[in-house]
Amino acid sequence: MIEIRNVSKWFGAFQVLKDCSARVDKGEVVVVCGPSGSGKSTLIKCVNALEPIQEGEITVAGIPVTDPKTDLPKLRAKVGMVFQHFELFPHLSIMQNLTLAQVRVLRRTREEANEKALKLLDRVGLRDQAQKFPGQLSGGQQQRVAIARALAMDPLAMLFDEPTSALDPEMINEVLDVMVELAHEGMTMMCVTHEMGFARKVAHRVVFMDGGEIVEDASKEDFFGKPRSERAQLFLSKILQH
Amino acid sequence: MGLDLSFFTWDLARNFLIGGLIFSVVLTLVAMTGGIFFGTLLALARLSDRPWLAFPAAGYVNAMRSVPLVMVILWFFLLIPFLIGRPIGAEWSAVITFTAFESAYYSEIMRAGVQSVARGQAAAGFALGLTYAQSMRLVVLPQAFRNMLPVLLTQTIILFQDTSLVYAIGAYDLLKGFETAGKNFNRPVEAYTLAAVVYFVICYSLSGSVRRLQRRMAVVR
Repeated sequence: MIEIRNVSKWFGAFQVLKDCSARVDKGEVVVVCGPSGSGKSTLIKCVNALEPIQEGEITVAGIPVTDPKTDLPKLRAKVGMVFQHFELFPHLSIMQNLTLAQVRVLRRTREEANEKALKLLDRVGLRDQAQKFPGQLSGGQQQRVAIARALAMDPLAMLFDEPTSALDPEMINEVLDVMVELAHEGMTMMCVTHEMGFARKVAHRVVFMDGGEIVEDASKEDFFGKPRSERAQLFLSKILQH
Repeated sequence: MGLDLSFFTWDLARNFLIGGLIFSVVLTLVAMTGGIFFGTLLALARLSDRPWLAFPAAGYVNAMRSVPLVMVILWFFLLIPFLIGRPIGAEWSAVITFTAFESAYYSEIMRAGVQSVARGQAAAGFALGLTYAQSMRLVVLPQAFRNMLPVLLTQTIILFQDTSLVYAIGAYDLLKGFETAGKNFNRPVEAYTLAAVVYFVICYSLSGSVRRLQRRMAVVR
């Protein structure tokens, strides 16, 4: 579903991604982890071309993201993305947040869009907040709305860019629960996250990045059982101490 | 010698002032609407990472902001007949000049407004499949406009005061109305005093409403 081949990227003279290759198959959940500054957020943003790359190739559902001829808005509409800071539209109600792109991009009627939005709000347990504005919701609630907003587009795959790292601890689980449910339903997911509990529960594979490189790409069992690289061992020992 | 305001009657207001007031207000509203519209386009061009858009936009804005308005008013008045081969009258000339000039100022305000909206907002729009134009129109600009509303209105008050500069090309605005009345009744001092009072009342009450708006927005956000 998602194929990343030999991708390199520079910010000015600084190389953030070094020859990265990875893939996410249909129905697979891949967790990308690594120390901060390792390039994992940058990598996931390259998948739907929110960040340009200088070398390599990325395809999503067989469509080359990096080809200048590709209709990017059309492609992005098929890939859901959830951001660290939610990025709900503060000037629109929760309902409008969920229907905007359905109507403007997918050309659904207002009724169809509303129906879909309510169904998804129900699913993330926020139907009664439909008429509120993002600023009136807690962080955890906002992130659940953001997930619902992405799902409203019926995406082929979902990208999560550190979806819980801006949340207060007591709100992390309500978001992870939604993500676990999605994974169990067979959604194709690429998740940048530090939540190793989540990775253990639902990931099929774990990609470990450090210094702009993909250091390890292993099945969950291998990664948590016997990580091959020293850097991954060190990272896990730090993060799993408590 | 005291001020004699007895010449100031409803008849005088009707004959000399209303027409001028209407012109000043219409000029302000048209230049504001056009200025915000073109100013927003200029701001987006200036923020673009395409140099062929950003450079000319920056050049235009900086040029307009570096010359006196009266000069531009006179210059356009003389330039337009030269360009299109016939005069278009002081009123139309003023409308075009003010729109072109104010666009530069509104553009700087809208540029700050767009920059006040988090970058992630545009990214979220793109990620949902919105085009650049849709992301701007539906996501970024409404927020930028709301954030900048008090500053946009303040600029509009300045614009209203500046409309009096059309005296340079002989257009009939509110100030010209007072001046003409003062001449006709041989009461120039009184006429200018009244003009000052009228401009003060209009502008002061407008800035009062900007302050109220700012307080209300501070509560909402």
